[in-house]
Amino acid sequence: MSSAEIQVRDLHKSFGDNHVLRGIDLEIGQGEVVCVIGPSGSGKSTLLRCVNLLEEPTKGQVFVGGTELTDPDVDIDAVRRRIGMVFQQFNLFPHLNVTENLTLPQRRVLGRDRATAARTAAENLARVGLAEKAQAYPSSLSGGQQQRVAIARALAMGPEVMLFDEPTSALDPELVGDVLAVMRRLAEEGMTMMVVTHEMTFAREVADRVVFMDGGVIVEEGSPGQVIGAPRHERTRHFLSRLLDPAMAEVEEEASDQVGKPGE
Amino acid sequence: MTDTGVRLQPKKKGLTRRQRRGLSRAVQYAVFAAAVIAFAVAADWGRLKNQFAQGSIAKQMFPEVITLALKNTVLYTLSGFVVGLVLGMVIALMRLSSVGPYRWVAGVYIEIFRGLPALLIFIFVGVAVPLAFPGTEIPGGTYGKVAIALGLVSAAYMAETIRAGIQAVPKGQTEAARSLGFSPARAMVSIIVPQAFRIILPPLTNELVLLFKDSSLVLFLGVTLEERELSKYGRDLASTTANSTPILVAGLCYLLVTIPLGYVVRRMESRSQEAIR
Repeated sequence: MSSAEIQVRDLHKSFGDNHVLRGIDLEIGQGEVVCVIGPSGSGKSTLLRCVNLLEEPTKGQVFVGGTELTDPDVDIDAVRRRIGMVFQQFNLFPHLNVTENLTLPQRRVLGRDRATAARTAAENLARVGLAEKAQAYPSSLSGGQQQRVAIARALAMGPEVMLFDEPTSALDPELVGDVLAVMRRLAEEGMTMMVVTHEMTFAREVADRVVFMDGGVIVEEGSPGQVIGAPRHERTRHFLSRLLDPAMAEVEEEASDQVGKPGE
Repeated sequence: MTDTGVRLQPKKKGLTRRQRRGLSRAVQYAVFAAAVIAFAVAADWGRLKNQFAQGSIAKQMFPEVITLALKNTVLYTLSGFVVGLVLGMVIALMRLSSVGPYRWVAGVYIEIFRGLPALLIFIFVGVAVPLAFPGTEIPGGTYGKVAIALGLVSAAYMAETIRAGIQAVPKGQTEAARSLGFSPARAMVSIIVPQAFRIILPPLTNELVLLFKDSSLVLFLGVTLEERELSKYGRDLASTTANSTPILVAGLCYLLVTIPLGYVVRRMESRSQEAIR
């Protein structure tokens, strides 16, 4: 076993006839920040969700911290405690206030006592700059604040790995910065992170490695400067040009990007 | 009124639309007024008052109608509601189970008990069961029997309501809970069910109102004097006094509870509507 924190081997995932992942091999080392980019329907979110087994892979293996998640006998709840996940739609618990969102999982899952859980919650809220919102309910927070609470909730469990599934895609543009700042700080602190994102600036500046996916396979991967700055593959160049300058895109035949499901 | 709009229309034969609307409204008021007048004239007010609103008889009912009859009605209702809620919760979870036989049993239960009249179930619990299993006694006497009969009836409805509530909680909530390390059962208990109950609080309260009325079926179980609830109490008194005033008073006692509850339900519904927006 290598020292990789996350290891994915020959991963396949089908939804019925739809072959979304077609053989993914990926390793993420400890403390590494990897951004996964690619067009919608390329399978990048599915890949991320396979890493903590929210989606059951059709074939292949996933290891996190040396434990094989795809082993049918593994205690998946125990492994997931070590993997934090942040969703596009935040998924805060609306019936609980911010502090309770952070303390309930600690107490129910980790069995921490009330005082310890509350202390950890306060620390992590401060970490995402929302200490003053401790008593607020999620519905009274902006999207950016909700997402930062969601990050704090995952961090409060003391994960070794953090997964981000398009964490800023549901946010108003002016709120994206706050969330990215929190993620950038987390990366600087040495957290192992796997981030599915469309934020090229973030990927360029924060990621150690960028993975470009299309059609359920990894097309190319490498340093941000390499993949975003000087892509070797035509598909990567095409994707980046559309993303970086959407106004310049030409109306084209649909055949080229008819892979996977439309819209995630 | 949008007079200008009407004036701009080309002239047509007969009434304008505005005139027709006015005429229709006048006719509706006229019919209503005629019905009220006809009733007022035709009714024998003295007799009605004598039969339904005799102050002395009504006075004689207090305080027993409250301290005994209403109290028992509330007790029967609440005990039935609790049994129904617990049983309904179990059946709802069975209905959502990944184990086939549980789903089937729950489905059969719901189909049967939704389809049977509540009265039949009262007779079943009160008469058929003791006859079929001699020697067995339902604990709690009449109270136990009523709790079970009302519980059996309401569980079927509540199970469907609870199931719908659980399914109305977004899938992302389960995913968030699971990704934090909650087991499926814990995620259900700590995260999903509390949210489901917020969603179904109005229909559950409606169910409480229905049960409150159904508790009158205790009448058919044969109860002691101390166990009488509103309907039985009212009927007994109506026959001893040969007067209908006790029925009216009992009815008012039901409304005393059901109307405020209905108001609470409407308040909750409009509030949850706002929360969705």
